[in-house]
Amino acid sequence: MSVIYILWLREVKKYLRSRVQIVASLGSPLMYLAVLGFGLGPVFQRAGEGKYIQFMAPGVIGMTVLFTSMFSGIAMLWDRQFGFLKETLVAPVPRLLIMIGRTLGGATVAVLQGALIFVVTLIVGFRPASLLAVPLAFLVIALIAVIFSALATAIGSSIKEMQGFQMVMNFLVMPLFFLSGAIYPLEGLPKVLAAFTRVDPLTYGVDGVRGVLIGRTHFGVPLDIAVLLGVGILFVMFGAWRFSKLEA
Amino acid sequence: MSDRAIIRVQHVVKSFGKVTAVNDASFEVRAGEIFAFLGPNGAGKTTTIKMLTTLLRPTSGTLELDGLDPTQHQNEVRRRFGVVFQDPSLDSELTAWENLDIHGVLYHVPRHIRRERSETLLKMFELWDRRDDLVKTFSGGMKRRLEIARGLLHTPKVLFLDEPTLGLDPQSRNQMWTLVGNLNRAEGVTVFLTTHYMDEADRVAGRIAVIDHGRIVAIGSSAELKQQTGADSLEAAFLKLTGTTIRDESATAADQMRQVSRVWRR
Repeated sequence: MSVIYILWLREVKKYLRSRVQIVASLGSPLMYLAVLGFGLGPVFQRAGEGKYIQFMAPGVIGMTVLFTSMFSGIAMLWDRQFGFLKETLVAPVPRLLIMIGRTLGGATVAVLQGALIFVVTLIVGFRPASLLAVPLAFLVIALIAVIFSALATAIGSSIKEMQGFQMVMNFLVMPLFFLSGAIYPLEGLPKVLAAFTRVDPLTYGVDGVRGVLIGRTHFGVPLDIAVLLGVGILFVMFGAWRFSKLEA
Repeated sequence: MSDRAIIRVQHVVKSFGKVTAVNDASFEVRAGEIFAFLGPNGAGKTTTIKMLTTLLRPTSGTLELDGLDPTQHQNEVRRRFGVVFQDPSLDSELTAWENLDIHGVLYHVPRHIRRERSETLLKMFELWDRRDDLVKTFSGGMKRRLEIARGLLHTPKVLFLDEPTLGLDPQSRNQMWTLVGNLNRAEGVTVFLTTHYMDEADRVAGRIAVIDHGRIVAIGSSAELKQQTGADSLEAAFLKLTGTTIRDESATAADQMRQVSRVWRR
């Protein structure tokens, strides 16, 4: 337990210390909120869908959690060649504990970052249906964070070069975000696109957060949570397996 | 120093595909001695260390550290050694104290011993005043010292140092060898180091193994090597043994990344 705790604490400490990075990481969600939120707002309203900021705020929170989680994969690549990872790999502790500590740390950081963006959305006019829903929403957010932190661990363990991560960003992270229904409703999509959105775990995450916070959901919150739990278990196992195969 | 072998390597071969990094190496390291692996870049020094430290499995041959096989008893073996890798493995976003503390937890060192020993080591390595500063503010020499201190926190029997003075200025190098020598005398820890600086091997090591192209060419004290070859300096002895001077191999991709990371870390 102490091994998991100390590695978790390491990630959280580093996050809280990197003030500049925290501010910088608010950039892209803010841009989405401000530019897309206010830019597409009138069209959305005219289509009879209500206030766009209400709709997209949960999506932007989901996006933030996705990006932050996946970034811990980059950190791992760097750590691996020139950093701390080797130190943990020769320590007399099971790899599984190391993987869990790192992944939980990365996930916690992602949740904290999500909380920060949640506050920002409140400032720009987002209003959850009730404050009581907020803790439940964070439970869903935590699930999203664990899923993608575990995926990042798996990817960080599998590729060796920084260039590889660029590819992951372009061909995995961006599609995960754009296919998730974070910025558009899932109703009435062309069949092919609809099929793609359904295999994206983030879709269920965003739908769950949205369902809990504003009562608008495509799949229903119970199904969202069930899918997230299932995928979470699967990804953590996958991440642990890839991490155990890692060669220093 | 005793005559007991703490490391025993017999007929070890390690190949990566078609490349044979270590070719039928056999040697012993005695408990309490300072043992140096001397050879050019790419000779197989790091690969040997990686095998002894459980990070790589040999293709064939047997290894033993304190009577245990690193491929069989990974965790027991890991508890028995400390290692300083060629590339830094500190967390530069954490303080010196935090780096030691994490290490202590990973090696199951009880809290009060962890604190006591961290204090002793930081004072010994002249880092006590900087214990609460982030490692990224440290100089190259300070970082290297901190890594050695960390490697010793769990009181290992063997300390592996892979090119510990690479990239350090002469003053820091000098200071480091004095410290390592003191430590070896004070704690009786066996030191296994690799270097391609002949003067360092000559100065600190009790015995030296000359390695080239994955083969161990000769083993002995500096005096023995000189005598064996009839040379008057270790450098000349090396030349006779390997037929070459220590050469700088062309840079590999890893070397280039190392270069980039040094610039980044400034």
